[in-house]
Amino acid sequence: MDEPYTEIVKDHFFNPRNVGEIRDADGVGTVGNPTCGDVMTIYIKVKDEIIIDIKFKTFGCAAAIATSSILTELAKGKMLDEALEITRDDVANELGGLPAIKLHCSNLAADALREAIKDYRKKNKR
Amino acid sequence: MERIYMDYGASTPVDKEVIEEMVPYFDRFYGNPSSIHSFGREAFDAVEESRKKVADIICANEDEMVFTSGGTESDNLAIKGVAFRNKKKRGSKGTHIITSAIEHPGVLTTCKYMEKIGFNVKYLPVDKHGLIDIKELEAAISKDTFLITIMFANNEIGTIEPMEKIGKIAKEHDVIFHTDAVQAVGKVPVDVNKLNIDLLALSSHKIYGPKGAGALYVKNGVKLQTIAHGGGHEKGLRSSTYNTPGVVGLGKACELGKTRLKEDMVHLKNLRDMLIKDILKIEESYLNGHPEKRLVNNAHFRFTAIEGESLNLMLDDKGIAAATGSACSSKKLQASHVLLAIGLKPEEAHGSLRLTLGRMNTKEDVEYVAEVLPEIVQNLRNMSPLWNR
Repeated sequence: MDEPYTEIVKDHFFNPRNVGEIRDADGVGTVGNPTCGDVMTIYIKVKDEIIIDIKFKTFGCAAAIATSSILTELAKGKMLDEALEITRDDVANELGGLPAIKLHCSNLAADALREAIKDYRKKNKR
Repeated sequence: MERIYMDYGASTPVDKEVIEEMVPYFDRFYGNPSSIHSFGREAFDAVEESRKKVADIICANEDEMVFTSGGTESDNLAIKGVAFRNKKKRGSKGTHIITSAIEHPGVLTTCKYMEKIGFNVKYLPVDKHGLIDIKELEAAISKDTFLITIMFANNEIGTIEPMEKIGKIAKEHDVIFHTDAVQAVGKVPVDVNKLNIDLLALSSHKIYGPKGAGALYVKNGVKLQTIAHGGGHEKGLRSSTYNTPGVVGLGKACELGKTRLKEDMVHLKNLRDMLIKDILKIEESYLNGHPEKRLVNNAHFRFTAIEGESLNLMLDDKGIAAATGSACSSKKLQASHVLLAIGLKPEEAHGSLRLTLGRMNTKEDVEYVAEVLPEIVQNLRNMSPLWNR
């Protein structure tokens, strides 16, 4: 590893927030594949278009775990439309940056969240 | 926090005795060994004294050793040296090189380069333990084969290749045999004559010597083309002013390595076996590499559903230094070619952990790792969507 991880990345890696599953989740999104080395699943609980609870499970490197963790903090309490606007760059910036080599491969959390919201909306077609 | 080093396969601390031996060659005997004056002569004598010690650890003659900057340079000199020298004089021999799929990049990347410039390379596959098949090696030899380059022991999974058999076949077919023995020297008895080895690469910093020093054994009669043109050092094979302190350090490290070999082997094997036994108690953990034909200091594991970089960082947080073959920790983001060659799927290769022991490790170190590791594995599995137990 040429560039070291930031202190924020390390904090979220060693003390990840919102790890786990939500058994009765309203939406679930999984991205990545084990061959590449990163798989993330995001679980959301939604009430009145607001993400009231969010949890993640991630297989991958420290960057993958830290991005998942910080994303759950960014998304919690947000309206679904707002949450959809969270980008990979937002996640990386919030962590104080990521090593260049990790920016693309391990920064999938925002995508997983979008999948979870899509899943929720599919299940709750109005 | 107490720190435990279990990455001796990456590098070793320099032995205090080696340092003591080296120090005078920085500021007291600083002459250029090639100079004619007394300053030069005393440095020259030290270089030649070291040459004997280095030759001795592999049972070679002192006039068969070429000093280099390390393992990778030695591999480059061996492969390119034989290939280029023999281009015209190869006679009936053609452009064919045989190697294995699990070589260190020093050999593997050099072979890839040789292909680019017109040579043909056969990469022998290995079995699930990392061993080449001798019959396959023999079948791969053609009238065009001029070089076999197969590592003595693998740097990742520790598997020891059948050197004696390879040497015998190479000799029977009149093919030059080079081996990268960087991981083997100091951990396995090496006798280049008994094993019919023509060229052998070794490195100082893996055997408690300084970084930036190494050697290539070149059997008498084997001709090489230099790859570093210049002042004609090392009989024209490797031009560059002698790194006298490095050479002296390598010499002392080899001398100590030879004297301590038996003692080191017993110590390391005991710790390694204890470590393997303890770690394999973890659910869905596996040993990579050969169960018996492996380096005495190498323990290589894989754990289902977790990733090696995360595992290593968490170990590091507990003061334990280890290594992994996970794609996520490599510069190319590709799983280790060695782990893929032994038949692991990329996702299996991701969860790999290499612990390499050394002289300074103790039973307490192993106990600490065996205590800390299961918790870390469980912690990461609790986070993993691939672990549904």
